[in-house]
Amino acid sequence: MKRLVVSFISIFFLFQSSLVAYSSNPKDFVNELVVDAITKLADKNLNKDQKIIFVEKVALENVDVKALGLYTLGELRKSSNEEDILNYQKSFEKYFLKSLTSRLTDYSSSKFEISGEDKKSSNYTIVNSKIIPTDGGPELKVDWRVYTKNPDKPLIRDLIVEGLSLARTQKEEFGSILSSNNNDIKILIEKLDEFVNN
Amino acid sequence: MQILKNIKIALLFMVIFSFLPLKAKAAEECFEKVSRSVFKFNMALDDAIIEPIAKGYNRLPDPIKNGTSNFTSNIATLLSIPNSLLQGNLKQVGHSTGSFVVNSTVGILGFLNPAEKIGLKPHKEDVGQTLGTYGVGPGCYLVLPILGPSTARDTFGLIADTFVDPFAHVTIRENELFGVSGNDLDYFSVRGTTAIDFRADNDKNLTSLEKNSLDLYSSLKSVYLQDRENKIKNSIEDNDEWGSLDN
Repeated sequence: MKRLVVSFISIFFLFQSSLVAYSSNPKDFVNELVVDAITKLADKNLNKDQKIIFVEKVALENVDVKALGLYTLGELRKSSNEEDILNYQKSFEKYFLKSLTSRLTDYSSSKFEISGEDKKSSNYTIVNSKIIPTDGGPELKVDWRVYTKNPDKPLIRDLIVEGLSLARTQKEEFGSILSSNNNDIKILIEKLDEFVNN
Repeated sequence: MQILKNIKIALLFMVIFSFLPLKAKAAEECFEKVSRSVFKFNMALDDAIIEPIAKGYNRLPDPIKNGTSNFTSNIATLLSIPNSLLQGNLKQVGHSTGSFVVNSTVGILGFLNPAEKIGLKPHKEDVGQTLGTYGVGPGCYLVLPILGPSTARDTFGLIADTFVDPFAHVTIRENELFGVSGNDLDYFSVRGTTAIDFRADNDKNLTSLEKNSLDLYSSLKSVYLQDRENKIKNSIEDNDEWGSLDN
């Protein structure tokens, strides 16, 4: 568990990249996206607000936020009505972006290397990578779950850092909130909104 | 007094075993209210004592921090040896034993880690993991005072560790091994230092998780359970839970 929590920091900000179109090959897609993100975040000519705008746009373009939202909702996505799901999706997106950008401040320069890929199915490829902090911190193994249903536009659905799935952690956190509130999706939406507005 | 102590331990084992479903897949919450209260207590303790110590520790020069971390990891390797053996993983027995011998001698009592440079990479193994490899499920999820997240299986393992761990034998049980002996203070000093080293290593990450969680208790529970699953499997295979997503 030593490095695992280490993971949670470095991770989300790696979703970032620029607004250029990346390769459709999953391995190249992840590599180009992360290298671009690291370059932008290290750019001293950009202020924090500019970096936040950049991160948000890139995340919306390259992360399957909609699917991530549905996944983290668990079984409730099947039993909730359309309107509630829509409201949840809106709140989740804001929550995701705020959570992502807040981690920006923790960014420290790192070296990034792709170490392999594993095509799970026609829909999913897991891209394996390593992040080596230049400050001498421990090396991190990061696997990227890339959704490839549309082969021309791969999307990131999850990051697995040292074996810890960020999506699963989020799903279990939401699951706990829901189970202690009679599976009321509106309560979860309220809590997401509360987080965004604070 | 010794008999009374043994009865207490036996009773504790019985209580814990009663919550150990042999093939349970996921850890269920059995005493969530109690666990959440203990979690709050642990967080308060962390804020008041552990975090400030960890921050102070982080300000130490790197060679001291690395040396301390190597030293505690080297002692933890002792517990991995019997557990790797119990798991039938002879390769890991070799890695753990080799690493301990090399680091304790060439590595100056474990403060250096030359074993890593010659390719010895011991996994950390404990009784909880050994039981996991035997197919014992995690049982109830719970939060222990000071020690943090655990499950019934891992709590049982934690106690059993003190019977299996050679370091515990020469310290808390005060047995002599190869002419070396110690006491309770040695044992708890090393365990305390290990905890501070871990906390210091993860200081920024815990702060970030705390800042970005809607329910920190659940986030840490998820992180703990995923980590234990990976350690039992000795791999970080991704469980494909996305297949059912209609999207």
